[in-house]
Amino acid sequence: MQAFKTLEAVVAPLDRANVDTDAIIPKQFLKSIKRTGFGAYLFDEWRFLDAGSLDKQPDDRQLNPDFILNQACYSDAEILITKKNFGCGSSREHAPWALADYGFKVIIAPSFADIFYNNCFKNGVLVIQLSEQKVDELIEHCLANPGCAWKVDLEQQQIELDNGELLEFDIEAARREHLLQGLDDIGLTLQHEQLIKDYETKRRQSKPWLYDAIKP
Amino acid sequence: MLAQTLYDKLWADHCVLKGEDGLDLIYIDRQLLHEVTSPQAFEGLGLENRKPFRLDANLAVPDHNVPTTGREEAITDPIAALQLKTLQDNCDKYDIPFISMSDQRQGIVHVIGPEQGATLPGTTIVCGDSHTATHGAFGALAFGIGTSEVELVLASQCLRQKKMRNMRIQVDGSLAPGVTAKDLILYIIGQIGTDGGTGCAIEFCGQAIEELSIEGRMTVCNMAIEAGARVGLVAVDSKTIDYFRGKPFAPKNDVWDLAVNEWEKLKSDPGAGFDADIKFNAEDIAPQVSYGTSPEMVVDIDSTIPTQSDFDDVTKQDQLSNAMKYMDLQEGMPVKDIQLDKVFIGSCTNSRIEDLRDAATIVANKSLAKNIKLALIVPGSGLVKEQAESEGLDKIFIAAGFEWREPGCSMCLAMNDDRLDAGEHCASTSNRNFEGRQGQGGRTHLVSPVMAAAAGIYGHFVDVRDLLEVTDASV
Repeated sequence: MQAFKTLEAVVAPLDRANVDTDAIIPKQFLKSIKRTGFGAYLFDEWRFLDAGSLDKQPDDRQLNPDFILNQACYSDAEILITKKNFGCGSSREHAPWALADYGFKVIIAPSFADIFYNNCFKNGVLVIQLSEQKVDELIEHCLANPGCAWKVDLEQQQIELDNGELLEFDIEAARREHLLQGLDDIGLTLQHEQLIKDYETKRRQSKPWLYDAIKP
Repeated sequence: MLAQTLYDKLWADHCVLKGEDGLDLIYIDRQLLHEVTSPQAFEGLGLENRKPFRLDANLAVPDHNVPTTGREEAITDPIAALQLKTLQDNCDKYDIPFISMSDQRQGIVHVIGPEQGATLPGTTIVCGDSHTATHGAFGALAFGIGTSEVELVLASQCLRQKKMRNMRIQVDGSLAPGVTAKDLILYIIGQIGTDGGTGCAIEFCGQAIEELSIEGRMTVCNMAIEAGARVGLVAVDSKTIDYFRGKPFAPKNDVWDLAVNEWEKLKSDPGAGFDADIKFNAEDIAPQVSYGTSPEMVVDIDSTIPTQSDFDDVTKQDQLSNAMKYMDLQEGMPVKDIQLDKVFIGSCTNSRIEDLRDAATIVANKSLAKNIKLALIVPGSGLVKEQAESEGLDKIFIAAGFEWREPGCSMCLAMNDDRLDAGEHCASTSNRNFEGRQGQGGRTHLVSPVMAAAAGIYGHFVDVRDLLEVTDASV
């Protein structure tokens, strides 16, 4: 996984609560067996006026001029700020894949759905929680200053706004370390392989019905 | 020893290593796999030359993308066909237990897990699907994960997880006739909101939960995720234990007794502490209908869609405006006046035999209303379908004008050809009414199987409690 340390980038505001993963990446794109290429279909039913499918390229489609990400000032946005419960619904990791592939590296909201939150960290996307009141204020600020850029520093756990204001944020120590170092979760877990095997041996003795039961 | 909740017990039993950084290493007993969220995980495994840690912990089945009709012919969508073939190829390559589309046992992963006894009380169960919460109905710690975690479990049989908070939702009293498990959970989501359970494992308890069938408890736990909770739980009782008797992968003979002895301990200790405790009364619950684009946007059947003035919160007001625009409905209108185009009875929420029996009671000797263009019955598994046919339920549905389909996720998420066209309103027993969920521009109304069946007959929503008074049918 790619490490994340700092980022200075344009912020795009998505002034909406409860944005679900079906909206982030609709189901017709989940037929792909790849991990890449989903950015072309991010927020598909909001970004485009015509129906999309995996065999259609974005250049051949009709953009929805009313959707905020289609405004020229957000074409280089890498930070997304939005309202509460972002990423609710389906567990599809295609949602953070689409956000990352589109170019978003940081997402700020008052709260996130649990599975989505986990999935983001597995893909090097930094997810920042701020208070509801602060987020409301910041979204208003972005709407009044379209295309403003902020600086996010994970090491310092700080966001520097375009007006110089410094905001601190909390993040669990483990997740911070993972992102800063770009650690591989599987490699880390397999460092404990012997411990897992010992646990399994004991479990096989105490709960034998859980083993060798499922057969092809 | 300190009094523990059921969730605390399950967590402690599966904790391989307590992490100093707040993430514990948790052992996973079962992983259910399907075609949509597993291909990238298998690819990752292959790229690193890793092998599955344990084969007999896994069970794979295609469900999200399978056609529900014309199975004898080749799948026409080449992208869907490749995804289905990839699951089979990966299972062949790694020797993972696999149930194919042509197997009588095939069905929705959350229906077949318990049906086969792959799901068992006291286990940890994961799947790359948020509705994995369903299996918590059996006192199992079950939750949805992303594809990176699917790969991690394949490779290590473990996950690094932060322990959730304990929430208890107690529902006292009994549900009225015509009011089902689906209404109960929709009502709860309406009350606590789609983020009411975020960060929590919810244990459902109280008289109304105890009185529910196993199928009903699965419906409740299934939609815990729609209240934001990755985990829903119900304590083990005699109904749970009886359910697993004779299931193919469940223990037998002496080992059965050993297992039952363990399963009987799967309940919260008296006095165990919960971080949040919420109580409802079952008598307050009427049949529910969703009117908007989030599962928390529900009202009683005899009620009207809220208006801006019903909410103090600007976010909720905005949500209502967006929803009314998308759904093409008006604030303040009675939900019974919503005109419907399609009916869908199916999904991991409501496609089990009890759901089909209940719906058939309403449909018997009646016909679909003229404005209903399509009404689908999609059984949760081949075995549910077979059971329903042995009871003659298929004939009741077909006679009324419903289509009787092959098992799969179908129009719940509309990855296959079963979908809504733009602008269509659907009475659906599924779990999500998000924009576009059942087809781009489609408008979903979440209801129980009896409410969906009745809506099909009348062409709009009706209060099933009134039908019961007239026909004295038992639901």
